[in-house]
Amino acid sequence: MQLDELKAIAEKKKASAKKVCLRTCLSAGCISSQSDVLHKNLATEVKAAGLENDVEVRRVGCMGFCGQGPLVGVDHKEGKEELFEFVKPDDAKAIVSHLKGGACDVQKGDPQHPFFAKQVKIVRANGGIVDPENIEDYLAIGGYQALHHALTEMNSESIIDTITKSGLRGRGGAGFPSGIKWGTVAKSPGAKKYVVCNGDEGDPGAFMDRSVLESDPHLVLEGMAIAAHAVGADQGFLYVRAEYPLAISRLQIAIKQAKALGLLGSGIFETPFNFNVDIRIGAGAFVCGEETALLASIEGERGMPRPRPPFPAVKGLWGCPTLLNNVETFANISAIINKGADWYASFGTEKSKGTKVFALTGKIKNNGLIEVPMGIPLRQIVEEMGGGAPDGHSVKSVQTGGPSGGCIPAEHLDTPVDYESLGKLGSIMGSGGMVVMDDTTNMVEIAKFYMEFCMDESCGKCIPCRAGTVQMFHLLEKITQRKATKRDLDKLEELCDMVKNTSLCGLGQTAPNPIQSTLRFFRSEYEALLQPDATGAPVGANGTAKAH
Amino acid sequence: MSATLSHPNPGNAKYDRVMKVAAGDKRFKILEVTMKKNQFRHDSLIEVLHKAQELFGYLEDDLLRFVAYKLKLPPSRVYGVATFYHFFSLKPQGKHTCVVCMGTACYVKGADKVVEALQNKLKVKSGETTPDGNVSLLTARCIGACGIAPAVTYDGQVSPKQTPEQALEKIGQWLQPA
Repeated sequence: MQLDELKAIAEKKKASAKKVCLRTCLSAGCISSQSDVLHKNLATEVKAAGLENDVEVRRVGCMGFCGQGPLVGVDHKEGKEELFEFVKPDDAKAIVSHLKGGACDVQKGDPQHPFFAKQVKIVRANGGIVDPENIEDYLAIGGYQALHHALTEMNSESIIDTITKSGLRGRGGAGFPSGIKWGTVAKSPGAKKYVVCNGDEGDPGAFMDRSVLESDPHLVLEGMAIAAHAVGADQGFLYVRAEYPLAISRLQIAIKQAKALGLLGSGIFETPFNFNVDIRIGAGAFVCGEETALLASIEGERGMPRPRPPFPAVKGLWGCPTLLNNVETFANISAIINKGADWYASFGTEKSKGTKVFALTGKIKNNGLIEVPMGIPLRQIVEEMGGGAPDGHSVKSVQTGGPSGGCIPAEHLDTPVDYESLGKLGSIMGSGGMVVMDDTTNMVEIAKFYMEFCMDESCGKCIPCRAGTVQMFHLLEKITQRKATKRDLDKLEELCDMVKNTSLCGLGQTAPNPIQSTLRFFRSEYEALLQPDATGAPVGANGTAKAH
Repeated sequence: MSATLSHPNPGNAKYDRVMKVAAGDKRFKILEVTMKKNQFRHDSLIEVLHKAQELFGYLEDDLLRFVAYKLKLPPSRVYGVATFYHFFSLKPQGKHTCVVCMGTACYVKGADKVVEALQNKLKVKSGETTPDGNVSLLTARCIGACGIAPAVTYDGQVSPKQTPEQALEKIGQWLQPA
């Protein structure tokens, strides 16, 4: 494969575009509402109406507005765009007759809705537009040209330099600067190196990575290949949760297609660069999102973390230097190579560059996936894009970062969304879950919910996490059953500190975050559940018996 | 770190029993093909267990022993991995399975009430199977369908925006005598 051949395929695909394109979301969320049947019906109806030469019926990935699904987008060649929401399989006929100018009572959505209009799409640029099971679609929008550019015009140093200058930080949650990580792997001595993509999206309430993998798998593969060239690796692993069967099958198709065209495998673009990607399927362990646990799992072991250093960048898979990044991080790479570091750095804040994909869910009117520039005030996301809480309720808090994050109360909604600002509020950026809670949500119950999660998911290797999470859960249970006293609350706070500071890995170190952040902003909800203790001291007053 | 077996040889009573069972069952052959495809590599253990569960529905002791013998791994390592990951089940599942997603988005939208209703109806706790082996009630951490919360998976089919009433109705179809 050469660049001109690549461009020829792209041009041919573009030239074959029909007058109208009917895009049906065939992502896991919409399929559960029978969008697969709908897609088939649309194809049948288009054929029946004799419109095959004018209308393309395309399978696409996630368009983002999952709460309104199944979605059907209609692109007219002259530029007009329409959107249909809550489309049922039986609506296919009405939509096709609408194309011929007939009436149609299917609910119409607004493609210019603030939910869409306020987004800046880099990672999700092709989501809902390309057919994830057809590599030609990806090539038509310039796919794999960044890889060609990186292989023929750039060397390891210049790629890493570009990534460093772009200010890209790890999208898995911790926000480690990607350029530094890549540089470390590149510099680490070793004949064999690996690139690993972390698609073990275990954070409940988050589905960004699933959507990217299901909607645009080649984007991730291209990012991994560029990374492999930069750090000197020839083997990649994509670790995906078993809970995402559709993402796995689409990745398998994508890898096969890329191999067939010589975009993966040996001698890519007729350079000496070889790169193969294998998929590894997870088996349902939250802790495997932690990098050293994930590597253990790829090696076929129990997914238990180990102390760092040595970091995987120095000693990773089978003791070799390993570059480990999140799905979304890899999905940013080809855009940075294509458009340059300065372009990427023009989005976001001083320390947090680019965009971030969030899964906006919970008690909010507009559910779905959004991609926004870093630094956007939380209020804009929740109120303008999300439309606030439904049924006349008010937003009480926004939970970010899942079981490792915290709850941001309504009075702090003007906080800009970037790594530092969220950290100051005791939460974290996390992988991108954003669960909105309204005034009916009990914050102590939420803390208990997360602690039960961490207790179940603790791998059991280190004592603070294994035993501490159980004790914290029991204390929270005692509080919610109204059997606890001030002394128990003190004990809980003490335990939070202990577990946070002494656990081995991120799971334990961040497990107390939901408790600490709800205690910080919603302490009165805890205190309202406390009983007076034996000394008869008033609830919640200072100076009561100290915990031991 | 290559672990070896102490007694993987014929003559070992457990080994002989497992191989005898395996000889008469085609599924073991298919499983062995999967292992062969992975060159019997130790790091393919999780893939092999996925295939085993797909073939047999759950991982019983002799099946785990078979995997251990074939991959030349200590049974303790195979058992350790099988019990570490939630996805692997060591007990048979019911004829029908109902998986309620208990991710955060589903939880704040009332998935806990769906679970409660189902527990009361089926008279089992989540993670259990009804005594007649008809229905298994399970909860999932997050199936990534947060946009359509609360989501429930009935026999592998995800259903969106479920209420306790809808869930009970669905389950009711399974409970009717055939």
